[in-house]
Amino acid sequence: MLEYEPVIGLEIHVQLKTRSKMFCGCQVSFGDPPNTHTCPTCLGLPGALPVVNERAVQFGIMIGLAFGCEIAERSLFHRKNYFYPDNPKAYQISQYDIPLCRGGHLGDVRIHRVHLEEDAAKLNHLGQSGRIHGADRSWVDFNRAGTPLVEIVTEPDISSPAQAREWLTVLRETLRQLGVSDVNMDEGSLRCDANVSVRPRGTRELGTKTELKNMNSFRFLERGVRAEIERQISRLHLGESVIQETLHYDPGSDSLTPLRSKEEAHDYRYFPEPDLGPLLATSELIAQARDELPAELPVQRAERFERELGLSAARAQELAFRAELAAYFERALAAAQSNGVGEVDAVELANWIPQLVERIGDADPGESKVAPESLATLAAMVKAREVSRDAAREVLTRLVEEGGDARAIVEREGLGALSGDEDGLAEIVERAIASDPAAAEQVRGGNMRAIGPLVGYVMRETRGRADGGEVTRLIRAQLGLG
Amino acid sequence: MSDVRDLTATAAAEAVRAGELDPGELFEAYRARAAADELNAFTWVAEEPPVNGGAKEAPLGGVPVAVKDLFCTEGVPSQAGSRILKGYRPPYTATVVARLHEAGAPLLGKTNQDEFAMGSSNENSGFGPVLNPWDRSRVPGGSSGGSAAAVAAGLAPWAIGTDTGGSIRQPAALCGVVGMKPTYGACSRYGMIAFASSLDQAGPLTRDVTDAALLLRHMVGHDRHDSTSLRFPEEISLPSREDLTGVRLGVPEELTGSDGGVEPGVRERFEATLRQAEALGATVEPCQLPHAPHALSAYYLIAPAEASANLARYDGVRYGLRVDGEDGLLAMYEKTRAVGFGAEVKRRIMLGTYALSSGYYEAYYGAAQKVRTKISDDFRAAFERFDLIATPTSPWTAFELGAKTDDPLAMYLNDFCTVPMPLAGIPALSIPCGLSDGLPVGFQLAGPAFSENRLLEAAYALERAIAFDGSAARA
Repeated sequence: MLEYEPVIGLEIHVQLKTRSKMFCGCQVSFGDPPNTHTCPTCLGLPGALPVVNERAVQFGIMIGLAFGCEIAERSLFHRKNYFYPDNPKAYQISQYDIPLCRGGHLGDVRIHRVHLEEDAAKLNHLGQSGRIHGADRSWVDFNRAGTPLVEIVTEPDISSPAQAREWLTVLRETLRQLGVSDVNMDEGSLRCDANVSVRPRGTRELGTKTELKNMNSFRFLERGVRAEIERQISRLHLGESVIQETLHYDPGSDSLTPLRSKEEAHDYRYFPEPDLGPLLATSELIAQARDELPAELPVQRAERFERELGLSAARAQELAFRAELAAYFERALAAAQSNGVGEVDAVELANWIPQLVERIGDADPGESKVAPESLATLAAMVKAREVSRDAAREVLTRLVEEGGDARAIVEREGLGALSGDEDGLAEIVERAIASDPAAAEQVRGGNMRAIGPLVGYVMRETRGRADGGEVTRLIRAQLGLG
Repeated sequence: MSDVRDLTATAAAEAVRAGELDPGELFEAYRARAAADELNAFTWVAEEPPVNGGAKEAPLGGVPVAVKDLFCTEGVPSQAGSRILKGYRPPYTATVVARLHEAGAPLLGKTNQDEFAMGSSNENSGFGPVLNPWDRSRVPGGSSGGSAAAVAAGLAPWAIGTDTGGSIRQPAALCGVVGMKPTYGACSRYGMIAFASSLDQAGPLTRDVTDAALLLRHMVGHDRHDSTSLRFPEEISLPSREDLTGVRLGVPEELTGSDGGVEPGVRERFEATLRQAEALGATVEPCQLPHAPHALSAYYLIAPAEASANLARYDGVRYGLRVDGEDGLLAMYEKTRAVGFGAEVKRRIMLGTYALSSGYYEAYYGAAQKVRTKISDDFRAAFERFDLIATPTSPWTAFELGAKTDDPLAMYLNDFCTVPMPLAGIPALSIPCGLSDGLPVGFQLAGPAFSENRLLEAAYALERAIAFDGSAARA
């Protein structure tokens, strides 16, 4: 049976955090009473005209610069025509053949384009269906109408659902650090559609793609894409073909349903928006946008952690893609260097951040009771074998609960590492071997997996203070395997 | 003073400012006439004079203005001549109208028009046709027919309209008044209900050239609500020139030859006016606008294409007419639009939708835009040799009601001489240049972008020489 590989591209809509809307002066809002931020322009009243929000253009350029896109000196707005009650002019002002930004990449995923457009109004449906068809009544909230959006379209460079999710995380963090959006999927300020196709592994030609909508969380994105890949592959295995269509993901049932073809058969009849001249991204505007870029974005930070600090790529990204983790890590590193807590190994220190996260969840470690200096001290003590790894984990748990100094806790609790010579560790090892001759015999016979119970005995006896490597070395030595 | 309505608007404004005329009395004189309108020129007339006492200090002296229904006026019906907007009262006022109010011209009433400014006879109004005051069996032209008829009949001192392919100049010609379409971008389009956004311009319809200049002075200027509006480079001055010495007039062969189907009576008045221009010192020579004959074809693709998008918002969801269907949303859209729009509007929506459709865009809309560029180039070349270009405004005088309603193409030919200018974005005006069989004939002058003052000066000199008497229509 043929083996298939997925090919995934994403289309992301991002609400920009400007003060006013894309084409009028109304305030951008979320959760306010309906229809309280409206004017003739965003209501699409007869005679009203759009005026471009320069701040939104600047945000668009900042996003483009962050991806290394080419910024078009002159781009165009087009009208995208379709009838729907959330679309008060019956056309959306968007960009079409000449977008603001083209090319570029974020990490290993290439960006196809970034363009500006306006958001639709929000529809609310009363009735069981929850959708417009079969609703008893529908009402429209125009507060959202005209909110500035950028649409980011990637090349089909993503090859797994997990990668899609991870990449979207990086994108969100990048946009957050750019300060251009709230990037909140729950509130819809970050929305992601996926184009999914599969092809026989190793081939180049793209298969027929489907477009997935309504994956309004990171988890649903991953699950929706996975479900769609499975659906496509099973069709192909049955000798059926994939039909190009738009699918609505239902997270409740983890299923995908096609949108009605009637809703989909659009000819948008794009044409240049005559109410707006060409959008000119002047060198001044670009320079201003460049000035506002943060010194370092997540991808660059990860690269620096890898290059300068020797972190693994995975660890570097894990820290860099969550700004608060990266900031905490760097503070700990700096504190260690200035306070002379001992020789600081960046890799060792970095390994303790996930340990901390495991204990505090999504909270900002900077807000936790664990001072960065304290974590640095702990890492330095581990590195210097002054405390075993197991004991250090316990110390960290204490730090999370009560704060304080790592070294003080180690001393108070008597958790300092035992060494074979000074602390009678060799003696405990002897007792361990004596207590389980069968295991000892197996180890002697070359079955190293049998060493577990022996090490476990020692650890119990020492309350985890012994160094695992040292214990293994001693057991082997005493069994004559030296 | 025998009748305040004998005064031009400028003269009336001066009389008010000089304390010789009570602005309330002036307003009431016109209001009463407008309310007794027998031409169906008005769709709404103010009931009371405005409550502000500043008329004496205001540049427009409290002289009230009639406003085409296409302009939004806060709290006042603004229906664009369409049943789909019946009873619609917008929550805001168009910038141009607001500026006129600020300059001291209160709203007299809203004037009838072809539905969404689509038409050349006013027979496409959803509220019945307007009658021509020179002969009530004839059309006033369109689409600003209500404004033209109201000024010609003395129901309004002056009026504003909009011009997309000739909608100010052609009715001005057919009603014997002055009508001017300014440079694209000179007047804000904010609050002007859109027909074809890249062509629509507001402009004055007045009894004489001086009135047009005074009204236009207070209409132009950049508006932060309209990104296509421009800062007018100079003030519009009141014309004073009495000769045309040194003015080079070009007469485009393509628009005045046999192709245009110009009626003999119109041709005769046009040529007589050219001779008057020469007598005033102008040089008159033929010029070429090679692509001008294609202007009508390009116009009837570009304007309907833009209109198809501009008129899509009339869907019954938020304002105006709604006709509910049995079967949900789509049926409501279809029924509302089927009932609300008239035949010509539907025809143009269909044309425009087709021209923008996938697979046809390049052949129609794309090609029309290329022709448009060629037409602009033609004018640019012509204005290197000529100061102004002259043509008849309309090939015909006012025609009988119903005469062309069954033949849309014949109706479109009305715009043959007026369509090239908006495609090029340049200003043009029409002044009455005499009568043919008792009906007014219009003489059109066009100039380069922002040459409004030059146009008004030339028109003023000609106006004095022509000495057109429009009083018969005001009787």
